[in-house]
Order: sequence, then C-alpha cells, then structure tokens
Amino acid sequence: MAGAGSAIAPARREAVPEIDISAMTIVRPRRWGRIAAVAIMLALIAWLAKAFAEGQIAWEVTGEYLFWPSILMGVVNTIWMSIACMIIGIVIGVLVAVMRGSPNPVLRSVAIGYQWFFRGTPVILQLLIWFNLALVFPRLGIPGLFEARTVDVITPAMATLLGLGLNQGAYTSEVMRAGLLSVDRGQYEAAQAIGMGYWASLKRIILPQAMRVVIPPLGNEFIGLVKMTSLASIIGFADVLRTSQDIYYVNARVIELLMVAAAWYLVVVTILSLGQARLERRFGRGFASGVRDR
Amino acid sequence: MTRMETAMEPDATLAPGLPIVSGRKVGKLFGDFRALTEVSIDVAEGEVVCIIGPSGSGKTTFLRCLNQLERIDEGALWLDGELLGWRLEADRLHPLPEAEIARQRRKTGMVFQRFNLFPHMTALQNITEGPVQVLREPRGQAEDRGRRLLARVGLAEKASSYPKDLSGGQQQRVAIARALAMNPKVMLFDEPTSALDPELVGEVLSVMKDLARAGMTMVVVTHELGFAREVADRVVFMDQGRVVETGPARDLMDAPQEERTRNFIRSVAGRE
Repeated sequence: MAGAGSAIAPARREAVPEIDISAMTIVRPRRWGRIAAVAIMLALIAWLAKAFAEGQIAWEVTGEYLFWPSILMGVVNTIWMSIACMIIGIVIGVLVAVMRGSPNPVLRSVAIGYQWFFRGTPVILQLLIWFNLALVFPRLGIPGLFEARTVDVITPAMATLLGLGLNQGAYTSEVMRAGLLSVDRGQYEAAQAIGMGYWASLKRIILPQAMRVVIPPLGNEFIGLVKMTSLASIIGFADVLRTSQDIYYVNARVIELLMVAAAWYLVVVTILSLGQARLERRFGRGFASGVRDR
Repeated sequence: MTRMETAMEPDATLAPGLPIVSGRKVGKLFGDFRALTEVSIDVAEGEVVCIIGPSGSGKTTFLRCLNQLERIDEGALWLDGELLGWRLEADRLHPLPEAEIARQRRKTGMVFQRFNLFPHMTALQNITEGPVQVLREPRGQAEDRGRRLLARVGLAEKASSYPKDLSGGQQQRVAIARALAMNPKVMLFDEPTSALDPELVGEVLSVMKDLARAGMTMVVVTHELGFAREVADRVVFMDQGRVVETGPARDLMDAPQEERTRNFIRSVAGRE
C-alpha cells in the first residue's frame, strides 16, 4: 500500500502547476438529458395545442364568454366564498387547535369530536345536509328573540358558507396544531415568566412564530378550497362552474364553457400562489429580521 | 438591608432577616419520580442565595416551582407574604385563577438556561414586550427604560438586533434585562451560564455581580462555584431532591460539614 502511494506523493509535490481557477475559462458540461426532456415536452405541448386547435372546440366561443357578465359574477362569487370560508376555517382552526392542547378534558373532547365528524364525512354530503336542514328543522330561531323559516335562512350561499367553512376548520385546525407544536416550549415559559396570560402569549409570542411554519400548508388548503367551492354548484350556489353550466345547458357549448371556467380557476389560483409567496417572504423575513403586527 | 443575628433561630436553613421567599417542606413528584423532598429554603430581601448540587438534584425544579412553571405537591411556597398558587380560606385551599398566578409571577424575574428570547422580536422589543403588554406601560416610556436596561447590561448598541444576530452571552444579558424590565422583587436564575461557550461566561456573571451589588434579591441555580463563593450570601447544597446543607457561602464552600457536600465540591473543583 505504502509502495503505491509513495510513488506519486513526494516526487510530484513540487511539480504542481501554478493555476488560479478564477482566471481560467470553464467548459460547462452539456446536459443532454435536460435538452432531450425539454424537446420532448415542447413536442407534447405542441401536439396537444394542435389537437385542441383542430378539435371540435370553437375557441372563439370560449373567448366570447370569458368576460360574460354572469361568468364574471360567478368568478366574484367563487372568490368571496373562498375567502369567507378560509377566514371561518382559520378562526375555527386556531380555536380547535388550542382546545386540543387544553388541559380541560371537556374542551379537548369537543375538539376531537368536531374533527372526527367533519373530516369523517365527504364535504359534498355535508353541503347537502346543510342545504336540506329544513327537512329536520322547518323553523330556526331563538324563542322570543327571532324566528324564521329555515328555507329563508339557509340559502345556497349560507349552506355553502356553513358546509365549506366548518369542513375547512376541521382541516385547518390540524395545520394550526402542527404550527403550535413547532414553537419551542421555552417560548411559552418565557412568556409566562414575564407575567403574560395564556391568550396574550398565544397572540403575541406563539402564533407569530407558528405562522412561519403554517403558511405553506395553509396556502395548500386555500388553493384546495378555491376548487372545492365548485362542489357548491350542486346545491345551486352560483359559482363560476355553476354559471358556466347554466350557459351550456342553453347553448350546448359544453367544452367551450368548461374551458372558460378552467381558465378562471387557473387565474385565481395563480394570483393566490403569488400572494402566498409574498406572505411567506414576509413571515420568513419576520423570523430572520422581525415582524410587527401593528 | 437589615440583618439580624441568627442566635434565636434554631433552624439553620432559615435566612436571617425577613424572608421574601419561603419554601416550607416543599415536595414535588413527577408521576412516580420524587423530584423534591421537604425542601425548606428561605431567602431574605436583598440576599443572594446560590443553589448548587449535582444534576438531577432538584435545584432547577425548585426554581421552576418558585416561578410556578411547576406545581408543588407537598409543603408550601411563600413569596412576598403570599401563598403561591392557592388562596387560603378557613383552612381550605382554592386554586388561584390563571390571572392571579400571572400576577404572582410578575414578582419574580426568570432567566433561563437557554435564554428563550423571542426570536421574532428585536432585543429592545423583547424587553418592552412585558411592560407594554402586561404592565400597560406607555410604549415610549417602556422603550426609554428598555434602552437604559440594555445599557446596564452593556448592550446599548444592540437595541435593534435580533436574537439570532447576538452571541449566547449577549442573548443571556438581553434575557436578564427582559426580566428586570418587569421590576421583579426576586430574580431567579436557572443555570444562566451552562449553555454558554466558556469565554462568554464572564460577561454574564459580571452583569449578575452588578445586580447583586445593587441589592437585588437573587436565587441562582449554578455550577459556577467561584461565582457562588464570591457573590452569594448563602449557599444551599442539594442532592437527590433534598437540601443537604446550607450556610454562609465561604463557610459552606471552604469547610462543608456534610460528606456529600465535600465530595461534590471536590469533584467540581477537580474539573475546573
């Protein structure tokens, strides 16, 4: 072993040439695999584009309906419903996550029961239950204060808000719980040690740190929710999919209008992804260089 | 600072003067594990007491009980004339609500082994958080006071630095300033230099010495026997959840009465 090694080492140590890699030309290796992959993908895309261009789709009809007033109304409905349900989901999610970590066994059981029910049944079923609530309770209200017929209160929008909001809360609560668990125990103790109550320490110390961890999965949830609002079309909520369907029931341009809806979903999700990236930078920078929540 | 002679006091574990902290036969169990047994420690106002002992001896647990991060199971803990964690009413105990416990905690300032600064806040924000959020002090006033406290721990120029940009010693000094900002009656230190690189220990100890000199009441759990000998009025040696020996710092360190104390001091001194 020593023989083979000593053959090069001492003799050649002096003979190393004087070079400085920063002053030399670098020959980059050709990435043939990458080039081939791109070529194949471009070919596939071209073929798909050609197929759809020559297929039985009247693209001018898609273009015509893209900014149709009722379609735009549907887009607006999809957006506000997504945002409203996400807000409900986050509020419930934080509460349930906190309840699950509570020393109070009653609160803990309520939280676990809530998650069990709303994650254990399909969201479309929940939407149908909310929408058909009138079958169980014909009238809703608090005796003496206010009362109304259930069918008047539970509109498609209300049923969607309840159905998707409560369902979202069950999923968001687990995301939030992961966030709360990610914050070091010492942070709770330090907050307690300066005399903060539980809620103050949660708001000022724990949640701002949990946000950093929670935003990527929350973005995921939000994007999922945007598309989940399309399920509300079956109980008559006028989202973008429903309005597209209403039009093609009349003019029979099925694929053209589905393309309209697809385009709008992609637009909304793209905007949301950009927003998420900004939010992540903000809270990421927060961790590195501080967030002020006021 | 008034010091009475101890001639009348038969129990050597009791401090001279009026105790601000009184632990009376404190017991603490973690499940089946007994962490503290009949721990009686008194601390007088203005006194510096160091608790030493091997790891697992219960000294940190006792400190955490004082700050009510842990609940005690036996005995009683008194702070500034108040029973910690309970309201005593005609021989019955009522657990204190969380807000009351938070109020009692404000009488103590806690410094943790691992600093536990809030990473999303600057040094100054870490210090003003308690005064502004808990004491409802006006922000401007809290910041003035915060800057003075930072200057006191030698970090005036680090007000807008985030914890991650500070060394361990600097972080611990900010943590001391954060605890002082709440104007505590007693400062509790839980092995404040154990997580530091050796060359950073001195700067933290010197801040603590200044505090002691300024008359702050301090309970310090530490492995720094040199600090204990120099700064402490009294030293308590604990082992296996019990107080083994307690006495004036120099007496206990130089001429320990108990075999276990002697062995511990010899082994730590040998390491140093």
